[in-house]
Amino acid sequence: MPKITFIEDGGAEHAVEATVGESVMHAAMDNLVPGISAECGGYANCATCHVYVDQAWADRLPAPEEVEEVMIEAAFDVRPTSRLSCQIQVTEATDGLIVNLPASQTGA
Amino acid sequence: MPEKLVIVGAGQAGGDLATTLRQRGWNGHITLVGDEPSPPYQRPPLSKGYLLGKVSREQLFLKPTTTYERFDIALRLGTRVQAVDRTAKDVVISDGSRLPYDKLVLATGRRARPLTLPGVDADRLDNLFTLRRIDDVDALRPQFVPGRRLVLVGGGYVGLEIAAVAAQLGLEVTVVEAAPRLLARVTGPEVSSFLEGVHRSHGVRFRLASTVARVALDASGRRVTGVDVSTSGVVERLVADLVLVGIGMQPNTALASAAGLEVDDGIVVDEFARTSDPDVLAIGDCANQPSAYAGRRVRLESAPNAIEHAKVAAATILGRLQASTATPWFWSEQYGLKLQMVGLSGGADQCITRGNRSATTLSAFYLKGDRIAAADVISRPADFAAARRLVTSGARVDPDRLADDEIPLAEVAI
Repeated sequence: MPKITFIEDGGAEHAVEATVGESVMHAAMDNLVPGISAECGGYANCATCHVYVDQAWADRLPAPEEVEEVMIEAAFDVRPTSRLSCQIQVTEATDGLIVNLPASQTGA
Repeated sequence: MPEKLVIVGAGQAGGDLATTLRQRGWNGHITLVGDEPSPPYQRPPLSKGYLLGKVSREQLFLKPTTTYERFDIALRLGTRVQAVDRTAKDVVISDGSRLPYDKLVLATGRRARPLTLPGVDADRLDNLFTLRRIDDVDALRPQFVPGRRLVLVGGGYVGLEIAAVAAQLGLEVTVVEAAPRLLARVTGPEVSSFLEGVHRSHGVRFRLASTVARVALDASGRRVTGVDVSTSGVVERLVADLVLVGIGMQPNTALASAAGLEVDDGIVVDEFARTSDPDVLAIGDCANQPSAYAGRRVRLESAPNAIEHAKVAAATILGRLQASTATPWFWSEQYGLKLQMVGLSGGADQCITRGNRSATTLSAFYLKGDRIAAADVISRPADFAAARRLVTSGARVDPDRLADDEIPLAEVAI
């Protein structure tokens, strides 16, 4: 099972076993990783599953489709490596993926 | 000291509360009781992708059941709660057993409002449906056969989503709506007529300002064969192979009422999700809560609200009271169009639109004074992103600039 590591803004790391075919958002939800609330359920409607993909991975993932690119603009503190995790599919090739969680989403 | 938390209602709000508490390190006992056999699942796709057959049952589940086991959340599914005994601090299950609690959360949701017609027992009709649960869709789907005539009573968002699916699957659809326009309670006339046009272009027919006078039954008395619709006193028979009733929802407040908790269009809670009994909280669709955004009490029926309200309740249980400042938002999907709504448009002074030269996109901004109180955005997600910022910030805007498609929305604030 591909491993994905989520890193909170404060530095706390969550390494989870993901399932091929699900989204990175679901991998976070299934493992109760904080900072991904996914209010729309995974349809690129809300930008509450915003993550920063680790620089080394940014170019290795398939590019975002238009619907994702547009909705990212709705997120807070957008950066060049911003993605909506509901639109990133887990594959064997994503084993070892590292994503960082925006500070705005991890506040308790 | 570990406490016992019982959550009644295993929907989005109840499920999210349980997992949010574990996420934040709460280690008391959590029991999540739900009367449906499924673990907590997403309801929004029921009238969209699940009805269309594009989303599987398992894809609806918020988490796999193993997640609840791993995080020590006891799921009591297929279990109906009969009563709440606030004196003994017990929840009474329908088999007579009791679950003790220190804190109780009611996340009982809502149910479909039934169609009441004299002399007709809607529950006994084989081809009259409502849609609220997975089981409702499972019963309905085999009926969605091309060429069948569907009469859909109610032109709200869920009704229109079902109409879109039915039209796409080749049914002949007629929508009967009591108000003179669609979505009259939740959107402006511009959006109503836009969506009516979209549906008409897909062959959906409408009877607006019309009510169901009676239904015609076959000899068995168990099947509807026609719906008599009254428009301005003129009655017309719509032949029907199946009927779907989507005339709104009612909050499930019977448990709360019977337990002596305050109920007024939902279970009345404060900004920290507490009912009139501080050891009993209520969240999600069933709760009537003060809204910082609206400046009044509201009862919101949406998944984003359920998620937000679960966070508020989690903070309360953790002893770190934190009220919500979220702006309500909603979404819908019809014929591949993306509908995104932010804020509550009721009570706005004017509506300004953008993008309406296209038949498939529209942005409608609702102004109160010179501030955008709400917006309905159809397939212009960049506008939604900007509108959400403008509504949330409460920035003053220039209506002339807002009306000018050439000016970026980011530049309409004064």
